[in-house]
Amino acid sequence: MGYQLSKQNFGEVLGKLGETYRLFAPVLKKGEGRFKDTDVVRYDFVTNPDEIELEKKSDYAFKEFMLPISETLFFFTEDQVKEADIDEKDVLVFLRSCDMHAVKRLDYIYLENGKEQDWFYKRLREKVKFVLIGCADTFEDCFCVDMGSNRTEDGYVFSVDVIDGEFCCDVPDADMAKVFAECKAVETEVTPRFVTENEVHVDIPESIPIGIYGSDVWDEYSARCVNCGRCNIVCPTCTCYTMQDVFYTDNGKVGERRRVAASCMIDGYTNVAGGGQYRRTNGERMRFKVLHKIQDFKSRAGFNMCVGCGRCDMVCPEYISFSACINKVADAVRKEADDE
Amino acid sequence: MSRDINVKKLKKNAFRQSKVRGEAASRVRCPGGEIDVESLQRVVDIAKQYGKGMVNITNRQGFEIPGIDLDDMEEVNKALQLIIENRGINQEKYNGGYPASGTRNVVACPGKSLCPFGCYDTKAFAQEVDKAIFPNDHHVKIAFTGCSNDCAHTRLNDFGIIGQTEPQYDPARCIGCEQCVKYCKKRSVGALKVVNGKIERDTNKCVGCGVCVNYCPTRAWTRSKEEYFRVVLLGRTGKKNPRMAEDFMKWADHDTVIKIICNVYAYLDEYLDKEAVESKEHIGYIVDRTGFEEFLKYIMKDVDPNPKCEIQGRIYWGGKRYDQTNELRQSMFRFSERED
Ligand code: SF4
Ligand code: SF4
Ligand code: SF4
Ligand code: SF4
Ligand code: SF4
Repeated sequence: MGYQLSKQNFGEVLGKLGETYRLFAPVLKKGEGRFKDTDVVRYDFVTNPDEIELEKKSDYAFKEFMLPISETLFFFTEDQVKEADIDEKDVLVFLRSCDMHAVKRLDYIYLENGKEQDWFYKRLREKVKFVLIGCADTFEDCFCVDMGSNRTEDGYVFSVDVIDGEFCCDVPDADMAKVFAECKAVETEVTPRFVTENEVHVDIPESIPIGIYGSDVWDEYSARCVNCGRCNIVCPTCTCYTMQDVFYTDNGKVGERRRVAASCMIDGYTNVAGGGQYRRTNGERMRFKVLHKIQDFKSRAGFNMCVGCGRCDMVCPEYISFSACINKVADAVRKEADDE
Repeated sequence: MSRDINVKKLKKNAFRQSKVRGEAASRVRCPGGEIDVESLQRVVDIAKQYGKGMVNITNRQGFEIPGIDLDDMEEVNKALQLIIENRGINQEKYNGGYPASGTRNVVACPGKSLCPFGCYDTKAFAQEVDKAIFPNDHHVKIAFTGCSNDCAHTRLNDFGIIGQTEPQYDPARCIGCEQCVKYCKKRSVGALKVVNGKIERDTNKCVGCGVCVNYCPTRAWTRSKEEYFRVVLLGRTGKKNPRMAEDFMKWADHDTVIKIICNVYAYLDEYLDKEAVESKEHIGYIVDRTGFEEFLKYIMKDVDPNPKCEIQGRIYWGGKRYDQTNELRQSMFRFSERED
């Protein structure tokens, strides 16, 4: 069922939904970018439609709800453990098509990879329903079409597209549809907008031979990349974390365990006892990241990890393009095949 | 033909007397180190028509057009009108050129308009101050720089204004990657440390450079909405006692800065040595005579500093006193007389 409604009425819908749900959406944070007077779009809880950034693509990913950047898992004393409480309210997460596809990747890692499900992920994940933000046009760095994540047909409770100031929503969820109908929404046929063409194209080789490990495509990244890890932090499909056990007092036996986001590009990620470090150069780290996103993950899960959202390109201070790297790998693979 | 020229008037009118008899150089004022291309073209045209086809770029971000025949000064002043208007310079007489030259061009680094480290709009602040103090015959040097890097060399000015931001920390976004700690140490003063996986800032040590904000991959560090300034006083070059400006205020706000600068002129009216050659004296030498307390009384008149502003009550300057000794310290020798 589809609806068209004014911004004010859409606000009423959100107001009503706010009684049951918390709304987690992209927000333009003025002046909170890296540089003076630059902004950043990142996720936060909102209460009215004016707060939601529906036009720009978010710089940081929606995953920060299910995988908080820093999350206290439990508190411990000498012989007791207590899990940290969470807000009991359900959550509506506003996201784009590529992000919907990213959810499948997060679920795979935390719920389907191995025998145990991740209890902490699961309890947050179960609270979430999704609101799809349509894409009127591709953004500069997107390559969702080639990654097959440009279109989302299900999995959301309603969608939002703002067309000439009117809110157009596809509302497959019956309970949600009731709320829309109560708020003077006019019934109409709505298909969420999605892009069919990006400026960026990638050509992912079907299979990447092991020889690529020794290829010189990685060399330039040793010099260019500054291992800041921003590409991982903003990525909707990066799932790595590390643990921090914190003791509240110097000699205390009371404390908490936190998990915080980790990055395979940042120093320390591959450190092991005794001072070993598996991937020292940034070229090696880039190799690991890229192949994980377009090959290694797929060999387990059956689908690629990267969804082509382009956020890693947007954030990289050194103008390192992930999609360009994919294409360099493709060239190297082709060259190797030709040489044989 | 014998010339009868009032050299004092010529200098006040922003022409520099040349060693070549019958010639002068026209000095173009560019507050904040900024010039529009139309004005720049006019500089070129004046140099071609009245000068020698060459232009000197001055240390204080102005232009100096040499080789102007003293008889052409009036015509040059007319040609300067466009630049004076485009640059928003206060003027007394239309087509009369610059009305004063004592207070020097107000210098600025590019600041936030260009530089990733710029903490405020240096050029706009410089231009605002120029509007407030120009024309004035007193010899005062003022410079604005975007951050503690001090690319504008404010430490060689009577008033040096250095931008500061107060970094804001959100522990919920911190992953403990320690990049802020590392870069604060390497590129700045080392004011950060890790405590229990999160970051502590030594608020006394922090210079407000914003380096931590630039390097944080998660936006755990952001810039304060408020802009702050460090004010350094009475630096100078010169023959007698060249020295660096010393800290007077930190975390001062915009109004405090502009008021203390404007206040210095009353002090100079009162205490400038009436016998000073060309009525020109570095302010610091006057302060040596009157004592710092008297200077403070004048520049702080009607100033109500913002609560966060910290002020240095006594200032001691360094630098060599050439009027006392011209000796080189330690192991003085002539290179040619070395024993092998
Ligand atoms: S964002 Fe760019 S520089 Fe930083 S780690 Fe990623 S690729 Fe390297
Ligand atoms: S690797 Fe880059 S393009 Fe792919 S999902 Fe992550 S952020 Fe998006
Ligand atoms: S990658 Fe595709 S789905 Fe994602 S924001 Fe860009 S256009 Fe929209
Ligand atoms: S503002 Fe500069 S000095 Fe202060 S903590 Fe950040 S990097 Fe260090
Ligand atoms: S750089 Fe940012 S995320 Fe990393 S430790 Fe510092 S504040 Fe935390």
